[in-house]
Amino acid sequence: MTQIGLDPGRANDFTPREPVFQVRDLAVSYSGNLAIRDVTLEVYEKAVTAFIGPSGCGKSTLIRCFDRMNDLVPGAKVEGEVLYHGQDLYAADIDPVEVRRRIGMVFQKPNPFPKSIFDNVAFGPRVLGLKGDLTERVEQALQQAALWDEVKDRLKESALGLSGGQQQRLCIARCLAVEPDVILMDEPASALDPISTTRIEDLMHELKQQYTIVIVTHNMQQAARVADMTAFFSVEVAADGKRTGVLVEYDRTAKIFTTPSDQRTEDYVTGRFG
Amino acid sequence: MSRALKGGLFKGLLLLSLLVGFLMLAALLVDVFKDGLPYLDLTLLTNPPSSDPAIAGARPAILATIYIGILLLLFVVPIGVGTAVYLEEYADKTRWYNKLLEINIQNLAAVPSIVYGILGLAFLVRGIGLGRVLLAGAMILTLLVLPTVIIAAREAIRSVPDSIRQGGYALGATRWQVVSRQVLPAAIPGIATGSILALSRAIGETAPLIMIGAVTYISFDPTILGPFTALPIQIYSFLRLPQAEFKLLAAASIIVLLAILLTLNAFAIFIRNRYRRSW
Repeated sequence: MTQIGLDPGRANDFTPREPVFQVRDLAVSYSGNLAIRDVTLEVYEKAVTAFIGPSGCGKSTLIRCFDRMNDLVPGAKVEGEVLYHGQDLYAADIDPVEVRRRIGMVFQKPNPFPKSIFDNVAFGPRVLGLKGDLTERVEQALQQAALWDEVKDRLKESALGLSGGQQQRLCIARCLAVEPDVILMDEPASALDPISTTRIEDLMHELKQQYTIVIVTHNMQQAARVADMTAFFSVEVAADGKRTGVLVEYDRTAKIFTTPSDQRTEDYVTGRFG
Repeated sequence: MSRALKGGLFKGLLLLSLLVGFLMLAALLVDVFKDGLPYLDLTLLTNPPSSDPAIAGARPAILATIYIGILLLLFVVPIGVGTAVYLEEYADKTRWYNKLLEINIQNLAAVPSIVYGILGLAFLVRGIGLGRVLLAGAMILTLLVLPTVIIAAREAIRSVPDSIRQGGYALGATRWQVVSRQVLPAAIPGIATGSILALSRAIGETAPLIMIGAVTYISFDPTILGPFTALPIQIYSFLRLPQAEFKLLAAASIIVLLAILLTLNAFAIFIRNRYRRSW
């Protein structure tokens, strides 16, 4: 069995702390078409959890349940339970806007606002009406995202002038500026070159000291490099041709990549997946 | 026939069609300028109409057209943008009433302007008793171009990529914050262009204003709640007078109207080019 880019010493000794999210029997459908079903897993505090699997396995759908971004899709329906620190995120009295102040998200394609670098980072604190010195907050967020040194002399310039990798780190800084509890990353490096990808991965190692991180990736090496826990999802094709994502296996990253319990996981991580 | 010859012929046909429009415009401009230029002076701009062509001007009509334009923008931009924001950002497009609304707006854009005039006469002038006043004219022109503004604003809002909205929502912004701080600022160029083009269409309109009773001869400055005329109507009434000089005065008024319209259109193009954004 091949082992890809894994640092066994690091990943093996991971001991789960408190669960931040507890997902129970989750199923998500779009206009009646089931995208993913039967997901039960826990996401642990101050660790990186990776969701891997082939296209269409519902991993992006799942991550969007954690900040209720699926609410924005007309026809989306979430069944089952997503508990956040024990509180049901889909309870009737939960305001999705409040959820998103606590749980930040970074998207696949860098999506800086067509504003200055400063205004991008300041957007969150401004709309949330956060107290404190805005300039200081922006600087701190940019430093945490390892972007400060590159942009400190051009904070007033348009964010659209930054390179793709810088834009993505700006989006991370934007997310950090509102002091979230969790950072969700939906394939954050898939549109970036290898050097920018490495920087984002290094950043994740830094950030997990303070934040809980969930990352969706189709890049197995990336999961192996950054994640403490890894969930592998697969696609099941029903008799009528409908495709639904299912959770195959969820374990410590080292276990998933070296001694997976399910044959489908083994086929996928060793590259034998058809 | 060789392929190259066919291609050449086709290109020739295309140029010919282009030429038709271009020559018509050129002929119109030359004719109007030849007649009107000598009469294009301060008298035209500052004097009211008179039975003596030497001192007759179009001041009340020019002023009324400007007033109508300003009122129109004040009415049409908030209503049009509001409707567009609702339809694009708030409406659940799978609901039947939202679909109905959408089809309705598309159809309204195709209703002949005279029909709006009849509507204005029935509901504004007589129905709510507004009378034959400038305000009623501005309101009816607002209705006339409202669909155009809504459609342009919707296009502009739709061209703001979804990733921008998602970025805003993901930071905990409310729908209103996303709309007011991200979507609308990014859509302003498109909205401005559409509104100005709608305005220039409206101030060239004659039929609905005649229908609601704009007067053809007026010798004092218009007020919002008073009787009024407008530049196209003034041109028409100059042309109906027997003396030949009034025909030339009409040509000069056409130049004024064209100047206003072309300035507005140039401004729209300027905004579009200046703020055009690639995502």
